[in-house]
Amino acid sequence: MKRRSILAFLIFVLVATRVLSYAQSGDELRFYLRSDPKTFNPLLVADDASETIRYLTGGVLVRVNRQTQQLQPELATAWKLSKDGKSISFNLREHVYFSDGTPFSAQDVAYTVQHLMDPAVHSPTGDSFRSGSGEVRTDVPSPNRITISFPAPVAGMDKLFDHVAVLSSRSPKQEMAVLGPFYVADYKSGSYVLLKRNPNYWKRDSAGRQLPYLNSIRMDIQSNRDIEALRFRRGEIDLVNSLDSEYYDRLASTSAKLLHDAGPSLDSEQMWFNQVGNAPIPAYKKEWFRSTNFRRAISLGINRADLCRVVFALHARPAVGPVSPANKFWFNTKLQPQSFDPASALRLLQHDGFRREGSTLRDRDGHPVEFSIITNSGNKYRERMTTMIQLDLGNLGIHVNVVTLDFPSLIERITQSFNYEAALLGLVNDDLDPNAQMNVWLSSAENHQWNPSQKSPETNWEAEIDRLMRAQASAIDPNKRKSYFDRVQEIAVEQVPFIYLVNKNALSGISASVEGATPIVLRPQTYWNVEWLNKPR
Amino acid sequence: MRIMRIFGHLETILATLLIGGFLSATLARLAPGFSADEQELDFRLSAESIRQIRESHAQQRNILHFYFNYLKRAIHGDLGTSRSLGQPVRQLIADRLPITVRLCGLGLLVGWTVGLALAIAVVMAQVRVLDVFAAGLAGTFLSLPAAVLALLFVYFNAPASLAISLIVFPKLFSFSRNLLAQSYGLPHIITARAKGLGSARIFGWHVLPVAGPQMLALAGVSVSMALGAAIPVEALCGIPGIGQLAWQAALGRDLSLLVTVTVLVTVVTLAANTGSDLAMDMFRGQQA
Amino acid sequence: MSGLQKFACWTLAAIVLGGIAVSIIVPADYTVQFRETPNAAPTHQHLLGTDELGRDRLARVLYGTRISLLLAPAAAFLSTLMAALIGVVSGYLGSWCERLALAVTDLVLSLPWLFLMLAVRAVLPLNVSPLTSVVTTFLLLGLLGWAASARVLCTGTRILRNSDFILQARASGLHGFRLLAVHVIPNLKPVLYAQFLISVPVFILSEANLGILGLGVAEPLPSWGSLLRELEGWGGFSTEPWKLAPMLLLILVVSCFQVILAREEVSA
Repeated sequence: MKRRSILAFLIFVLVATRVLSYAQSGDELRFYLRSDPKTFNPLLVADDASETIRYLTGGVLVRVNRQTQQLQPELATAWKLSKDGKSISFNLREHVYFSDGTPFSAQDVAYTVQHLMDPAVHSPTGDSFRSGSGEVRTDVPSPNRITISFPAPVAGMDKLFDHVAVLSSRSPKQEMAVLGPFYVADYKSGSYVLLKRNPNYWKRDSAGRQLPYLNSIRMDIQSNRDIEALRFRRGEIDLVNSLDSEYYDRLASTSAKLLHDAGPSLDSEQMWFNQVGNAPIPAYKKEWFRSTNFRRAISLGINRADLCRVVFALHARPAVGPVSPANKFWFNTKLQPQSFDPASALRLLQHDGFRREGSTLRDRDGHPVEFSIITNSGNKYRERMTTMIQLDLGNLGIHVNVVTLDFPSLIERITQSFNYEAALLGLVNDDLDPNAQMNVWLSSAENHQWNPSQKSPETNWEAEIDRLMRAQASAIDPNKRKSYFDRVQEIAVEQVPFIYLVNKNALSGISASVEGATPIVLRPQTYWNVEWLNKPR
Repeated sequence: MRIMRIFGHLETILATLLIGGFLSATLARLAPGFSADEQELDFRLSAESIRQIRESHAQQRNILHFYFNYLKRAIHGDLGTSRSLGQPVRQLIADRLPITVRLCGLGLLVGWTVGLALAIAVVMAQVRVLDVFAAGLAGTFLSLPAAVLALLFVYFNAPASLAISLIVFPKLFSFSRNLLAQSYGLPHIITARAKGLGSARIFGWHVLPVAGPQMLALAGVSVSMALGAAIPVEALCGIPGIGQLAWQAALGRDLSLLVTVTVLVTVVTLAANTGSDLAMDMFRGQQA
Repeated sequence: MSGLQKFACWTLAAIVLGGIAVSIIVPADYTVQFRETPNAAPTHQHLLGTDELGRDRLARVLYGTRISLLLAPAAAFLSTLMAALIGVVSGYLGSWCERLALAVTDLVLSLPWLFLMLAVRAVLPLNVSPLTSVVTTFLLLGLLGWAASARVLCTGTRILRNSDFILQARASGLHGFRLLAVHVIPNLKPVLYAQFLISVPVFILSEANLGILGLGVAEPLPSWGSLLRELEGWGGFSTEPWKLAPMLLLILVVSCFQVILAREEVSA
């Protein structure tokens, strides 16, 4: 009798726990990916969709808390940077398993790092660590300790591990065995990606319940933003991670409570002139574009407040410089937004020999000032900004042609043929650390957009930027690095290689049925804390 | 004789396919942006990585070499790997073809039904108001951008095949209406009407046989119209069919995928038009 | 000409006149951006409201008439002419000419002409005048839009080739171009009219889509196609029906063409 009672009690507890966990466990989170992921290998991630998969499935050693922007432990319980900034040691969590049950150890971290830094792989994440030539060494003194040594100091090294999802060195499933909260359960090209809860996920909440709360995440592939907004309004998807301002305002009329404006994001929209010496454009135009006064005048002639108000419906702020104010530590607070001052613009142009003849501005040789701005078609915000800039500069007597091109044609012009005059594009910034922009600021780099791959800096200010960027890359003290980069920002604002236009706000939408969501500025804005999100039934 | 004609058609189809595949590869190769890759704008990448990305496109620069290798592999069933989606082209086509076939098939069925029914009604009823109404209806759908149509269908949760039928039916209606009206105005038809012959009999026995061959030609061409309509509808509605694949291949300059999709579209177009030619021959043979 | 056809002619004339006299009808220039009132509803100052950049929509619709109503029918005429040339000549000659022409037609229907458009854009200078760009666009559309109806015309010509009255005309000594122009083409007018009627709105919409490739009408020039792209935002037309104006105008124009070109036997 007693045995039966105990058995009945145990069964009751078992069932009650199951029911309780069932009642408390989440349903399926649904949102859209805007394109097919190009890869499921976290080391090769280079596009947004693949990055989303990596964030949701990858286990990392440390994580930049998207809300506080501070580093927090994940698979590593502790870490220590060497004084010379060349190596980092991690203490790893024990009793952790991959999604297929394979045990996790320092060997897996070593395996991941070796593959990441393999020159044949050409991983964008790996290239972020590449500060000098030479081999990367990994020392594994015990199964839960590892030291990674680089040939040269790597600025902000610890934070870079936020992007390194650890691969299993032993699992037959290779990169599909993961340490993150979810794993890829199903994928149909052009249709959807289905993630399911990782049954072996190491993280638990304060009550000891295993995370994540959600059972699954279904991401349908849909590039049309109208349809995305429509489906969000109808409740068919749970969130829109990055909402355009136009849809934000349209949805606000019916679903205001579901929308979130987290303020200026890290992203910026900017314009630049082609300063490449052998570009196939007329020599007199090259002279204009290389003149700092000309670039400053153009910058003064653009009404950024109008861009923010008309194009982005005030869901943007006039940009100040290369760093958004959302980047709390690195933003140079001494810098002020560029004012709209056509009179000063004309004075600057006159200084360079330009003169106004009726409604046309001419240079000192009598050429009418006319140039084209290329931007990518299909992005209506950029098309509108370019049209507004066309009118603003028209008031200075400058004739601007707006040319929208498909993306591959545009990329070819700005990276290979240099057959363009001015371009307007955006900078998507996922990384807080300016070291990530090394290849933008170094004059010898490929992404030094206005004049890439210089054999030696063609101007003094570019030489100065080169020196400062290298100095901040080899410095360890964050404050010292900041002082160097503050000066880079000041030079960028003085010399105007990029005419920074706006910093867009981070807009998102989250269904009321999703619990635990706190939209923020850093990507991914809505599901940065995905393991804590819940959709109770 | 008929079998000889069929073989003749097959020869033409094969030659057209080979030329079509080569021309599409050439067009893509010569178009700007062929060797450009979005990854080049990723400022995390080192110069060496960017150089490697550019060199990976070098294999496809020589178009003759590419096409020859493509054909050699295709004979063994290997259609290459899609650069933009990272998957075997054969698998992509196999997954998506049934979706587009269903979409276009239904779209054509409804489009023909509505277009032909409206054209017949207009021609036989001989009522100006109906003619103007039908013309207005066709004009409305001709003037509606595909993006708006696709969005409306998503908004009302209607099947996307209906969007294709609404894109295709105005064209079918315009051609059918004019062909049937021309036949209906022939002297012997007017005589038959004057003599009191029933409308249905006139239409079935005297109008349709005259307009039939051109209508059959139109039927063949309507398959191309439906495929053409499938591209924006699938791309906009996020339907994972061949149309969406074609659009992605074009924008991504994905040569293997593009050549395969072009060859597939050419096969379908040729098959449809050849089918209508053969049907015409049979139709005229029966008439004789 | 029936009363309805006369009405259609007058309507078309009025629309064309509106496009020419836009500066008299609407004081605001189509380029001026009233940035304080973007996406505004109709007022006495802006009868069709303003667009997303605060430009007077009525001015842009009327100005767009010049481009769309002039160039789209011209391109449609070109494609119809090419369809007639290729379809009729090949159908008349028969044999290998017909097979070759039909194979070429099938190729034209299948090839991705997007790349030709891209190549043309690449060849044109970036600072090409908006007029050159838009004329080039419609020229390309006209040169590529003939294939579908060429097939139908070829079939029609093949049938007519062996008909009694053509045989009689040939026996009377009529050959070549004169035979085609006097006896064959008039019997193919229904297909030619249909081709023309369909091509006008299709080309207007295609011109807007070619903006994706850098062709078409460049800002700030308006065209009906680019104005129709405003409708692409969901819900835009349900709450802002004035945005439908360019579409309604296009439907009206297409219907007028349809009425003017209608065959007499259909009129009651």
